[in-house]
Amino acid sequence: MRSARTMLFAAAALLASAAMPARADVVVYCSADEKMCRGLVTLFTKETGIKADMTRQSSGETYARIRAEKDNPRADVWWGGTGDPHLQAAEEGLLAEYKSPMLPKMRDWAVRQAELAKFQTVGVYMGALGYGYNSEELGRKKLAAPACWADLLKPEYKGEVQMADPNSSGTAYTMLATLVQLWGEEQAFDYLKKLHRNINDYTKSGAAPAQAAGKGETLVGVAFQHDVVMVALTGKRPLVTVSPCEGTGYEVGSMSLIKGGRNAADARKFYDWALGASAQQIMPEFGSFQVPSNSDVPVPKEAPDLSSIKLINYDFAKYGSSAERRRLLARWTNEVKGAAR
Amino acid sequence: MMPIAARGWSAAFALAVLALPWFGHEDPVVALFAGEALPLVFHAGARPWLLPLLLLPAFAQFAVRHDRPRLLVATAAVALAWLCLEGFAINHRGWTWQWLGAIFGGKPTQPALGWGALLYALAATQLAAIGLARQGWCRGDAFVLGAILLILGAILIFVFWPVMTVLISAVRDNHGNFAPAEFWTKFTDRSIWGLECLTGGGNCGAAWNTLALAVVVGLLSTLLGLAFALVALRTGLPLKGPIRLLSLLPIITPPFVIGLALIIMFGRTGFVTTFLYQTFDIPRSRWLYGWPGVTLAQLLAFTPIAFLVLVGVLQSVAPSLEEAAGTLRAGRWRTFRTVTWPLIRPGVANAFLIGFIESMADFGNPLMLGGSFNVLSTDIFFAVVGAAQDQGRAAVLGMILLGFTMAAFTAQRLWVGRARYTTVTGKGDSGVPPPLPLGLRAACYATVLPWLLLTVVVYAIVLSGGFVETIGRDHTPTWKHFLIAFGIDHGVSGWFLSGSAWNSFITTMWLSALSMPLTAALGLITAWLLARQEFRGRGAFEFLTMMSFAIPGTVIGVSYILAFNTPPVELTGTGMILVLAFMFRNMPVGIRAGIASLSQIDKSLDEASLTLGARSWRTFRLVILPILRPAIIAAMVYSFVRAVTSVSAVIFLTTAEYQLATVYIVGRAEMSEYGVALAYSAVLIAVMVGALVLIRLLVGEQRIGRRSANTAETAPVGLAAS
Repeated sequence: MRSARTMLFAAAALLASAAMPARADVVVYCSADEKMCRGLVTLFTKETGIKADMTRQSSGETYARIRAEKDNPRADVWWGGTGDPHLQAAEEGLLAEYKSPMLPKMRDWAVRQAELAKFQTVGVYMGALGYGYNSEELGRKKLAAPACWADLLKPEYKGEVQMADPNSSGTAYTMLATLVQLWGEEQAFDYLKKLHRNINDYTKSGAAPAQAAGKGETLVGVAFQHDVVMVALTGKRPLVTVSPCEGTGYEVGSMSLIKGGRNAADARKFYDWALGASAQQIMPEFGSFQVPSNSDVPVPKEAPDLSSIKLINYDFAKYGSSAERRRLLARWTNEVKGAAR
Repeated sequence: MMPIAARGWSAAFALAVLALPWFGHEDPVVALFAGEALPLVFHAGARPWLLPLLLLPAFAQFAVRHDRPRLLVATAAVALAWLCLEGFAINHRGWTWQWLGAIFGGKPTQPALGWGALLYALAATQLAAIGLARQGWCRGDAFVLGAILLILGAILIFVFWPVMTVLISAVRDNHGNFAPAEFWTKFTDRSIWGLECLTGGGNCGAAWNTLALAVVVGLLSTLLGLAFALVALRTGLPLKGPIRLLSLLPIITPPFVIGLALIIMFGRTGFVTTFLYQTFDIPRSRWLYGWPGVTLAQLLAFTPIAFLVLVGVLQSVAPSLEEAAGTLRAGRWRTFRTVTWPLIRPGVANAFLIGFIESMADFGNPLMLGGSFNVLSTDIFFAVVGAAQDQGRAAVLGMILLGFTMAAFTAQRLWVGRARYTTVTGKGDSGVPPPLPLGLRAACYATVLPWLLLTVVVYAIVLSGGFVETIGRDHTPTWKHFLIAFGIDHGVSGWFLSGSAWNSFITTMWLSALSMPLTAALGLITAWLLARQEFRGRGAFEFLTMMSFAIPGTVIGVSYILAFNTPPVELTGTGMILVLAFMFRNMPVGIRAGIASLSQIDKSLDEASLTLGARSWRTFRLVILPILRPAIIAAMVYSFVRAVTSVSAVIFLTTAEYQLATVYIVGRAEMSEYGVALAYSAVLIAVMVGALVLIRLLVGEQRIGRRSANTAETAPVGLAAS
């Protein structure tokens, strides 16, 4: 029994040391890929000498966490992740207003995002929606390569298309909202009902369909195009990116300051720095091939060619609002998801 | 005359206000200069609401000296009540409730409680126990009372309160207003209770899916576990060592890694699927995604737990009873059915309950393999973090899950009932367990061997996947992935750890090691109280202890932030909150293991000890603990391993400083860097095997005086915590 007692004492001593957290100059919640996040804060510390702590979580998780922590915020900056949760957080008063001196250098979609949220958030990168198909599987089935949203309705694709459940994934919700804006609500739902017959799975996570298509578990996966590119390049998968011919929507990856953060001054330094050229041009090194928001930084060459993408004029104000989102999600769940295949 | 312990606790009570820092502070150096680190006695001037707390230890001192148990209990109760009241009423920003400010005015503030307050509460609890014992409660046993009060308090603070902060949102709308009507709409939702799958049109509700899955997994994992336990203990199969080792591997593996291996084997492009397609022209399909895959993965993950429970129980079945049955000319089968089976029944019930609850709480496998098969745990997660962002729905789903657990729990109690199952008595036992009946043995072999093969292949993938270019596609050996995670470089200032996984690896190891003995101790003491002590409200107490196990990790994570982010108890951002989450989430396993073992030990052993004048602490230490050794090892092993491999509960609690291995692996797997994810998993598995061997060597092997059926047994040191 002596060993057990010794262990208990040792545990108590260690527990005492575990009770004390260390402090950093600025705490960053990051909702992009781990490597990207790590690279970003490391470069920040290197260039400015300010110590930054980073915690990576998906944008939905980060939003839930900031909301839970609102009476005593633990973080200062929230970098990356799709724009909707940032807008949602702004709507709920969780974020701080800040007009960065870097704003004039931003591309116009990034500034629009800031204006929409009354300067409580700003765009840092942009990526278009699309899908990826596995060329090996396509060859095996001897099918013609798809190029449009409409191609996915073909009977040959029965059980071969995968998309996320828009109730849980921001990516899939962007698709739903894109189609509604592209064709009007009735026609969009008509399309989704037909597509339902070809869907093999509505995944929980928005990243899953591109991964599954990369592995050949499904032929087509609906995703943001830069995510498809990333799976193809970093996972070395036979995956081809498609930008639908009818036109498509996009996400604005955003950055926000958290209201009540403890290191407001350093947080602003990080914010200004992250909008600068040195921060934005490193993104391709970490497998992130989105369009950067700083107009001085060129679009990475691996990124899907912007000139070949027909972008719709996405209305973030309307489709980002919680009321409209709930209505569309409820309709999708009732009319599409529950329907027979 | 009060016992000596009363004086000790009374002194500690005073020490807590006079010498220890009353408030906690995030930075001890800053705290020292800001004066926040001072004991209560220095704060009471500026914060008059603390004065009663300062005076109470004097009353306690008086009560102890003059033997006034009633006064002592009253003092302790007032101390605890006032501590809670003032702590909740005044936080770091002022009055917690507006109307208090309206009455009293002013804007008082206070930081979170520190070590002084902790000792204060502890001492008050123990003094209350001593006072009550003096008045004759629990046959005057202060140790039992103290343990009950302490564990009750800890569970109320670290389980009940946080879970309530989440569940309350079931009757609130998204803006935090009271809206009971929404509760009914959410509760009766078609996505929860729909039965469309039976009529052939679409998916069933998450509640039915969860229930069906849990029953199937509970039953099958128990059967498989029993087969494994019988083969390991009651047959002469030379595979005994490997069985023990292999059947333990799944527990030390993060669950989604098993899912990944299953996809690599049975997915549409998996190598088994491709082989069947190319050789036998069996069409490739996606059967794995949905309930079949989840069931398979959960069986792989939870059968070993059932095995651990059952092997412990089977070992303590007294062979002399079986021998007696044989002497009375009962056949082997009849012996098994009428003697062995009834004796292992409580163990079987426990194994089923654990499999059932584990399946309902499981998050990683449904996430990885669920497809359109919705279960409550993943639905809860996405209700919180998904695009719909509906915490109220998460709370409603959480309540349903809790309801199921409660029902399982009640059913288990009814089945096991009040029958007695004790076979380890004061008398020694020198029987030799009989061999299994032939049919049963054949059935055991037929299930155990293919399952072993599957496990071997799954682990071959998990262990080798990190050391080839791309598993399933390109099998050129490489150290690339391993070095990304665990590289060590030589720089200007000497050797340093350059791998990206070192930080999370080291944190995971020491936080898990820290929670291990604490979890085991908490679980076993609770088990002893539940199995051996009679007190009012025992059923409610037992339910509270199971609560944290039944609630999905995600809800626990969110609830810990909601409850422990602001004073009076402020823990977010520390390593301690992770240790506490591990402790209270894994405690039920220690409890179940302890109860299963204790229900087989005759109470006469305790009574003999008590008759000889030993008090209950001494009895617990000298009689119960040594017999419980297998359960202790099981609880320690399990709590360590669970801490290392848990994901969902901690995903909201990790910070930049306290990164955890599983969260890192999930991040890598999400980005399809399977190489790094698998290499890291392989390292974790290797380290855990090492740790388990070490624990076993430190705590030692169980020795119940039994002769082995196989005298020539020279099996290698099995890892089974048996």
